[in-house]
Amino acid sequence: MNQTVILAATAGANPLIPNVWEILVTLLGFAVLMFIVVKFVSPAFEKTFAERTEAIEGGIAKAEAAQAEASAALDEYKQQLLDARTEANRIREDARAEGAQILAELKEKAQAEAARISEQAQAQIAAERQAAVTSLRSEVGTLATELAGKIVGESLNDDARAARVVDRFLADLETQSAGAAK
Amino acid sequence: MHLPAIIPWGAPEGFGKQMLLILLSVLLISWFFVAAARRGQMVPGKLQFLGEMSYNFVRNSVGKDIIGERDFRPYVPLLFALFFFILVNNFYGSIPLIQLPTTSHVGTAYALAGIVYVTWIVLGLKKHGIGYFKLAVVPSGVPKAILPLVVVIEIISTFLVRPVTHSLRLFATMLAGHLIIMLAAAGSEFLLTQDQWLLKPLGLLTLAGGVGMYLFEVLIQVLQAYVFTLLTAIYIQGSLAEEH
Repeated sequence: MNQTVILAATAGANPLIPNVWEILVTLLGFAVLMFIVVKFVSPAFEKTFAERTEAIEGGIAKAEAAQAEASAALDEYKQQLLDARTEANRIREDARAEGAQILAELKEKAQAEAARISEQAQAQIAAERQAAVTSLRSEVGTLATELAGKIVGESLNDDARAARVVDRFLADLETQSAGAAK
Repeated sequence: MHLPAIIPWGAPEGFGKQMLLILLSVLLISWFFVAAARRGQMVPGKLQFLGEMSYNFVRNSVGKDIIGERDFRPYVPLLFALFFFILVNNFYGSIPLIQLPTTSHVGTAYALAGIVYVTWIVLGLKKHGIGYFKLAVVPSGVPKAILPLVVVIEIISTFLVRPVTHSLRLFATMLAGHLIIMLAAAGSEFLLTQDQWLLKPLGLLTLAGGVGMYLFEVLIQVLQAYVFTLLTAIYIQGSLAEEH
């Protein structure tokens, strides 16, 4: 009895001799674990990683697209601004030129008008003066003749004579006034 | 010294505590990672983050770095399952009441190393055909005179010694750590319960040493799981490589 127990103990004593049960259970347990890992754990983790990577890369791509769009819009706005400035400058130049032209035209017109008016006035003055001179001459002559006739008592109704006298008198007046003026 | 088996009841060999723990580890790992991976949210919660970090550790720093960006993906599940299977089974050695690193039983180590052994040989044959054996044992750039010797050494080292060292490294470190802690605990108990007063301080010394070894053992448990997985990745990479 004692001997069999000792024999059994020494049979298990060599640690390099495996128990068949250990091998079988380990193989079975590891197979089950492998199955679960291959079927559930690994695909789930890999899927999560792939999704995460995609999300990050997609985010980067989206940001890049947004940036490109923004810079395109900026370029467009800059171009528009430049166009607007050019347009404004052009309009200003046009307005200035037009203004100058209008001013010149007005000036010219005004000068022409002024010239016309002064010419007209001079012509009128000359005509009136002529009329006055003519009327004065005949009136003065008539009055003077009447006056002289009254004074002298002699009718100077003889026109021809009277006219001669008046002319002489006026000529005397003119020479006198010319001498006074000198 | 092991507890007797459950099936058959009381027998020195059979389905016992160690096998139960292995099945429990499968359950624990599956439960944790299925729960962590199931939601698959863009912004992970605490559980998912922990799961992703653990998965990524094996995926990137073991799989991607060793096997290479191009074809590491199919082997990630194997590496991942191996790492956490071994890690949890090693950790059993540091959990009070359980106190049994299941990988310190050589059958488990043989089984795991055997899976890896078959895997890399099949991968090599699939990739290179029957010429894989020549590729594996005939290194390039060796003078013809010593080639026979090199080939013999390569055959022994690659196909015979490799699986043995792969399994025994894990098994031996776990068994040794287990023995040291058990020895320290038993020794402390023995010394502290002696009537001789002089022996009690010695018992305290062994107790402190035992705690230190316990912490050291936790480190070894992580390290051995990592080493086993790393070597698996290296073997797979070797099978896929064009040149030996």
